[in-house]
Amino acid sequence: MATTAQSPAPTRKVNRIGLDVLPYKGGKTTLCAGCGHNAITERIIEAFWEMGVDPYRVVKLSGIGCSSKTPAYFLGASLGFNGVHGRMPSLATGAMLANRTLKAIGISGDGDTASIGIGQFVHLMRRNLPLIYIIEDNGVYGLTKGQFSATADLGSKLKSGVINDLAPIDTCVLAIELGATFVARSYSGDKKQLSAILKAAVAHRGTCMLDVISPCVTFNDHMGSTKSYDFMKEHDEPLHEIDFVPFFENIEVNYDPGETQEVEMHDGSHLRLRKLDHMYDATDKLKALQAIHETHNRNEVLTGVLYVNNHSKDFLELLNMVEEPLASLPQERTRPPKSALDTIMEELR
Amino acid sequence: MATIETAAPRNASQFKKRVINDMSIQVATVNGSGSQTANSVLLRSIFQMGIPVSGKNLFPSNIAGLPTWYTIRANHNGYIARKKEIDFLVAMNAETAREDVMNLLAGAGVVYDEPLNLKSLRTDLTFYPVPFDKLVAPVCPDARLRRLVRNMIYVGILAHLLDIDLAETEKALNKQLGSKPKALALNWNAIRAGVDYAQQNFQKFERFGVTRMNKTAGKILIDGNSAAAIGCMMAGVTVLAWYPITPSSSLAEAVIDYMSQHRIDPETGKATYAIVQAEDELAALGIAIGAGWAGARAMTNTSGPGISLMAEFAGLAYYVEVPVVIFDVQRTGPSTGLPTRTMQGDILSTVFLSHGDTMHILLLPSSVEECYTMSMEAFDLAEQFQTPVFVMSDLDIGMNNWMANPFDYPDKPIARGKVLSSADLDRIGKFERYRDVDGDGIPYRTLPGTEHPLAAYFTRGSGHNEKAGYSEKPEDYKNNMDRLRRKYDTARTHVPAPVVEEDPNAEIGIIAFGSTHWAIIEARDQLRLEQNIPTAYLRLRALPFNDELRNFVKRMKRVYVVEQNRDGQMCDLIRLNVSRDCNKVRSVLHYTGFPIDARTVTDEILTQELTG
Repeated sequence: MATTAQSPAPTRKVNRIGLDVLPYKGGKTTLCAGCGHNAITERIIEAFWEMGVDPYRVVKLSGIGCSSKTPAYFLGASLGFNGVHGRMPSLATGAMLANRTLKAIGISGDGDTASIGIGQFVHLMRRNLPLIYIIEDNGVYGLTKGQFSATADLGSKLKSGVINDLAPIDTCVLAIELGATFVARSYSGDKKQLSAILKAAVAHRGTCMLDVISPCVTFNDHMGSTKSYDFMKEHDEPLHEIDFVPFFENIEVNYDPGETQEVEMHDGSHLRLRKLDHMYDATDKLKALQAIHETHNRNEVLTGVLYVNNHSKDFLELLNMVEEPLASLPQERTRPPKSALDTIMEELR
Repeated sequence: MATIETAAPRNASQFKKRVINDMSIQVATVNGSGSQTANSVLLRSIFQMGIPVSGKNLFPSNIAGLPTWYTIRANHNGYIARKKEIDFLVAMNAETAREDVMNLLAGAGVVYDEPLNLKSLRTDLTFYPVPFDKLVAPVCPDARLRRLVRNMIYVGILAHLLDIDLAETEKALNKQLGSKPKALALNWNAIRAGVDYAQQNFQKFERFGVTRMNKTAGKILIDGNSAAAIGCMMAGVTVLAWYPITPSSSLAEAVIDYMSQHRIDPETGKATYAIVQAEDELAALGIAIGAGWAGARAMTNTSGPGISLMAEFAGLAYYVEVPVVIFDVQRTGPSTGLPTRTMQGDILSTVFLSHGDTMHILLLPSSVEECYTMSMEAFDLAEQFQTPVFVMSDLDIGMNNWMANPFDYPDKPIARGKVLSSADLDRIGKFERYRDVDGDGIPYRTLPGTEHPLAAYFTRGSGHNEKAGYSEKPEDYKNNMDRLRRKYDTARTHVPAPVVEEDPNAEIGIIAFGSTHWAIIEARDQLRLEQNIPTAYLRLRALPFNDELRNFVKRMKRVYVVEQNRDGQMCDLIRLNVSRDCNKVRSVLHYTGFPIDARTVTDEILTQELTG
C-alpha cells in the first residue's frame, strides 16, 4: 500500500485544505471486478476528499471479510487497522478513546456485523461513538465462497439452489433502536445518494450506521437473490432526493419546507431531504422503524437517510475526558505527584 | 465444608506456656451478614499492636446465605502465609459450626453463639458460649441493624480473651467507620458489650494470646488489586476497558476510585483517562488494543475465563505488535471452577495464548509491593516491546489483605518505546513499520494523527512484510516470525530478574513464584530448623526466563518447583528450558482452592527427599 507522498501534478485540482485526491486513494483493489464494494470505496474517496477531511487525522478500521479488506484501497495517507472477525467496534472504540481528535471510519460486512460481530455491533450503537460504520451488505460470505449471512432475506436463493428459511436481521432497525444517531441505507449502485449520505456522515458527530447493499458478483448476483444488481434496480425505494450542502459552501435559500426536510449537521453543513413520501420525518425514531418494516413487507428496500438525531451526546462527551488526545498527554499530567501517593499511603497505615 | 486440612496432631506439652503472637483465628459466618467490618477491625487491631498479620477471606461464590470463613494469622516471625491449623475459632454459622469444631486441633479456643450448643462436642477445646442476640438488643435498638452489629460483639470478646489492646481496636474501628459517626457509636457500643460480657464471664484464653511488639511500624495494609490499581495510575494509564469478573473486578473498581481522586485535570475538571465497562472480555481487550495502537497506555483486567475469551485478540496484538497490559487475577478453573478461590492455573494457557506461534511476556508479582511496581513495569515493557504484557496475580494476593512497606514514588520516567514523531520522520526520511532497524527485534511505530506523509501504515493480522504490506511470501512470513522470536529473546534480559537466595550448604533448590512465595519463606525455615536441610531459593518474577534460572538448576542437586495447580505448569516450562538438567526438576503442587501453606510444602519436599 502506498504510504509515500506523490508529487502533485502541476494542474492538480485541490480540495478546501489544498490536497489533491491522491492521499485519499489507496492501494489497488484485489476484489472481484464489478464488486459493489469497489464502488463504495470510490464514493468514500470522493466524499472524504470533497469534504476536505484531513487524511492524517483519519483512522480506518475493519474486521474480517471481503469488505474488511477495502480500507487498504482508500485513504492511503491514513493509518488503518484490519483486526479480527466481528470485533472492529472495540478496536475503533479504543482508538477514539486514545485520541478523540481523530475521525474514524469502520468498514464491516454483513457476516462480520450481523453474525460473529452482532454483540460488539449492538454495544457500539448503544454508545454512540463518533464513527462512520459502513456495512457493505451482500447477504453472503464471499471469502469463504458464498454461504448465507444473517442479512439474507427470507426465501433468497443461493447459487446452489439452497433457499434461506430464516428471517434477516435488519441492521438499520437495530441501529435506530439502540441509539445510533445517523442511520441510512443505500445501494452501491446509487452514486448520487451514497455520495450525499457519506458526506452527511462525515459532517455528523456520533455513530453513523450506513447499511449499503453491495452486490456480490461472484456468489449472490443471480436470479432469486435479493441482494443482486437486478433486484435492487427493481426494488430500491428511495425515501427522498438528498442534497448535501457542506458548511464551506453557500446555502441556496429556495426550498419548500413542506416538500423538503432540512437538517443542520454538527459541523454546520446542511442535509436536505426532498421528500418523496410527504409523511416521512427523518428525526422521528418510531416513524423510521415503521417505514422500514412496511417497505420490507412489500418486498422493497427503503433507502435514504432513515434516521438522524443531532441532539444526543456522543460517547466521548459522556466520558468527560480532557480535550487533548489521551495518547499524547505528558507524564506530568498522567502521573500524580508524590504528594498524592503519600496521601494514599497515609490512608492505608 | 472443612476449611482445615488434616494436620499432625498437636503435642499436649506445647500448651504448658501461653503461646504469644503466633496464632491463627478463624471466623466462620454466613456471607452477607456484615462480618467484613468486624474482621477488618480485628485484623487491624493486631496489626496496630506491631504484630505481623495477614487476613484471608475464604468466601463462597454467592451474595448472601452461604458459609464464609475469614482467617487471621498473627506471627512474630513475620510468617504470613496461610496456616493450616486453627488456634481460635469464632463459630457464628449454625450450618458449619459442628464441622468447624470437629476439625480443630486439641487445645484450640472456640467462641460460639450460645444457642448452637457446641460445648458438648469435644473435651479438648476451650469453649466460650456468648449469647449474641441478648447482648446486641440493648446496644442496637433498631432491630433491622442487629444482624450486622452483632458480629462486632465477637471483636470485643476476642479483645478480652486474647489481650488485644482495646485502644487499638477503637482506632481500627475509627479507620473503618470514622466518616459515619452513628455507625461508629453503634459498633463501638457492641464491641464494649462484648468486652464487658467476656470480662464478667471468662478468664483470658490460657493457650494463645497477643502482646505488643514493633514489627509493623510504618507499614500499610492493602490488597493486591488496590496496590495494582495504584501502580497503574502511577504508570500513567489512560485507557482501561474491563468486564466484571471475580476476583479481578476490584482491581478496575480501585482504578476508578483512585483515578477519580488523583487524575482529574485541576484546570478543567476533566479526566485524563477513559474507563469503559465493556460488553464482554473480547471487547475489553479489543478496546485496550485499539487504544494501545492509537498511543494510549491501555489495559484490561480479568481472570481465567476472560483470558480464554481474549485468546484471538491476544494473538493479534502479539502479531501486529500493539502494546497492551492485561492483568490476570487467577482463580480456580477450569470453566467456572471455584470462582472465589485461588490458583496459579493460567500460566501455560497465558504464555502461549492464541493460535500459531505466540509467546507472551508474563510478570509474576508475589506481593502487594510487586503488584504496585510490576504494574508500572508492565506498561513500560508493553510499550518498549510493542506487545501484550500479562501481569499474573491471583485471588490470594489480589483480594486478601497484606502488610507492606509504603510504596515508593517511581524514580524512573515513563518509557514510551520506539515511537516516531513527524520530526523524527523528517530527520530519517524513511519508515518501515516492521523492520528490525536496531537488531533487537523491536521495530519502530507511528501513531494515528501523526502529520507526516511517511507516517501511515496498515496494521493487519494477515501476513505482512517489513513495510506492513500484505504478503503471503514464505520468506516474508518467516522473516517476520524470526524477528518476533528475536524480540522475545531481547525481553529475557529486560523483564524483572529472578530473586535468588543462596545458602552455601544447600543441595536442594526451591523455585516458586507469585503468592506461593510466602509459604516458601516459612517452609525453608521449617526445613532448616526442624530437619537441618538448608535450601537455596529462586523466585521467578517473569517470563521469558533468563540464564539465571538455568544456572540455578545446574548448580543444585535437586530442584523443587512449588506452585498452585494440578499439572505443574511452571515446572513443565522450566523443564523445557533446562533440557539437559530436566530430570533434576521436581514438582510440589497444591490445588485445593485455598492458599498454599508452608507445612504442605515442607512435608511434600521431605517425602520426595526420603523416597528419592
